[in-house]
Amino acid sequence: MTTAPIPATATRAGSERQQQPPRDEAGPAKIKVRDLDFYYGRSQALHSIALDVPERVVMAFIGPSGCGKSTFLRTLNRMNDTIPGARAAGEVHIDGQDIYAPGVDVVELRRRVGMVFQKSNPFPKSIFDNVAYGLRINRLTNSKSELQGRVEEALKDAALWSEVKDRLKSSALGLSGGQQQRLCIARALAVRPEVVLMDEPASALDPIATQKIEELIVELKRQYTIVIVTHNMQQAARVSDRTAFFWLGKLVEVNETEKMFTNPNEKLTEDYITGRFG
Amino acid sequence: MSLNQSKGVAGRRVVNSVMTTLTAACAFLGVAVLLLILGYIAWRGVSSLSFQFLIDTPKPVGEGGGIGNAILGTLVLLLLASVIGLPLGIAAGVYLSEFGRGWFAGLIRFISDTLTGVPSIVTGVFVYTLIVIPMRQFSALAGGVALGIIMIPIVTRTTEEMLRLVPTSLREGALALGAPQWRVTTGVVLPAAASGIATGAMLAVARVSGETAPLLFTAFGSRFFNVYLDQPIASLTVQIFNYALSPYDEWHDQAWAATLVLMTLILVINISVRFFTRKKF
Repeated sequence: MTTAPIPATATRAGSERQQQPPRDEAGPAKIKVRDLDFYYGRSQALHSIALDVPERVVMAFIGPSGCGKSTFLRTLNRMNDTIPGARAAGEVHIDGQDIYAPGVDVVELRRRVGMVFQKSNPFPKSIFDNVAYGLRINRLTNSKSELQGRVEEALKDAALWSEVKDRLKSSALGLSGGQQQRLCIARALAVRPEVVLMDEPASALDPIATQKIEELIVELKRQYTIVIVTHNMQQAARVSDRTAFFWLGKLVEVNETEKMFTNPNEKLTEDYITGRFG
Repeated sequence: MSLNQSKGVAGRRVVNSVMTTLTAACAFLGVAVLLLILGYIAWRGVSSLSFQFLIDTPKPVGEGGGIGNAILGTLVLLLLASVIGLPLGIAAGVYLSEFGRGWFAGLIRFISDTLTGVPSIVTGVFVYTLIVIPMRQFSALAGGVALGIIMIPIVTRTTEEMLRLVPTSLREGALALGAPQWRVTTGVVLPAAASGIATGAMLAVARVSGETAPLLFTAFGSRFFNVYLDQPIASLTVQIFNYALSPYDEWHDQAWAATLVLMTLILVINISVRFFTRKKF
């Protein structure tokens, strides 16, 4: 693989120059991150991250283990607040509002920015109650029929409805691994978030289930902005529109996926993608 | 590499079977002791059991009598103790598990552990000073408070342990849906730990149902049916105590029967709690 001559607007590790998202049908930037540092106690996990995530696009975060991609993902819905000693400095703007500003309602933030975890975590309740949980606690529906309609819609969006429509009252823990993960996706979609964060959603699943999840992600981007962390570069290449490569807590390169995987700007990126390290 | 059996194998096999047999024998012995106790109580007690025995009040020697008021008294005291001990203990356990960080939680944990080791007679004397003396009489209320105080640290610790067993991923899943912390605790964590917490509560109730010493100073005992909280009240344990120390054979037999009834009561509590909190999911 040859590297093209480095154009003047290339990014460097540390992002001294911001890359603007290309003007295409992807929409304006939904999430803007500027100068984000993150600390676990004394040790710094993220260094000066600057990134734009356009609307209705699938953005993949790739990088070797421990590079900070999961940490960064969790800063986008402030899930790191639950970890004692964790601290963020910098700005994360979603729809123009800094979510780390004082006075921000974290609970409302998390309703609008949903998350799917690496290992599926259905509640020990029925399938229906799992999907309805977010709707009930946020009081998003006014009647029982509306609730049932929203649950059905979410399960259909997650491509799970046909498999579970006859057993909505049975335990969610009786589903297979792939079905449980799709249930967690349905649960996250039910509250109609604007952004869906996925932390290695298919890493614990077999290839057939993985394929279903990937097809689902490509379907979902018509409505939602999706950020997916993945260890699997081929998955990033299959599923995402834009990719960000992280290394040791720094953002090395952000680019359109096709360009990133065929003709990356940074040598480090090229080395990682060709498997010279990682 | 040769996979043939070497000379050490026979020795290893012998040690293996000896240890397996020994540990099985120890397990059997432990259970056997318990079965012996239960069997002996049943054998000595069953002859004095009758329906009349279960509903009568105590009567002078030679006139029969029963433990009806003692059964009712024990139930009243356990109910009172549960009303005081369970909510406080479970709430404290929830605090320690979900919200407690830092020195304050550590202090509470340490005090709670220490309190589980306090002899129950000390608690009885404490409640005597606190409630019986100002009220100028023994009362069911004082007895319930004493038993409740004994229950609190036990329930706190088991509740905390059970809540810690709920995986963090469940809490994160609920938080990520836009649930405030209190909803995560009440809607996801507590239901998931419910059967464990109920088991802990039942253990605490079973433990205090066998307490005699604190009741001697607080509820005192009575020969009559009573449900008023400001009056002394009978209880199975105090009744057994009084009968066992008496010089009359008839009352000794009644004590055995009362013991059998007490054990049956604890067994019924155990089984019904397990039944009602069986894991549906």
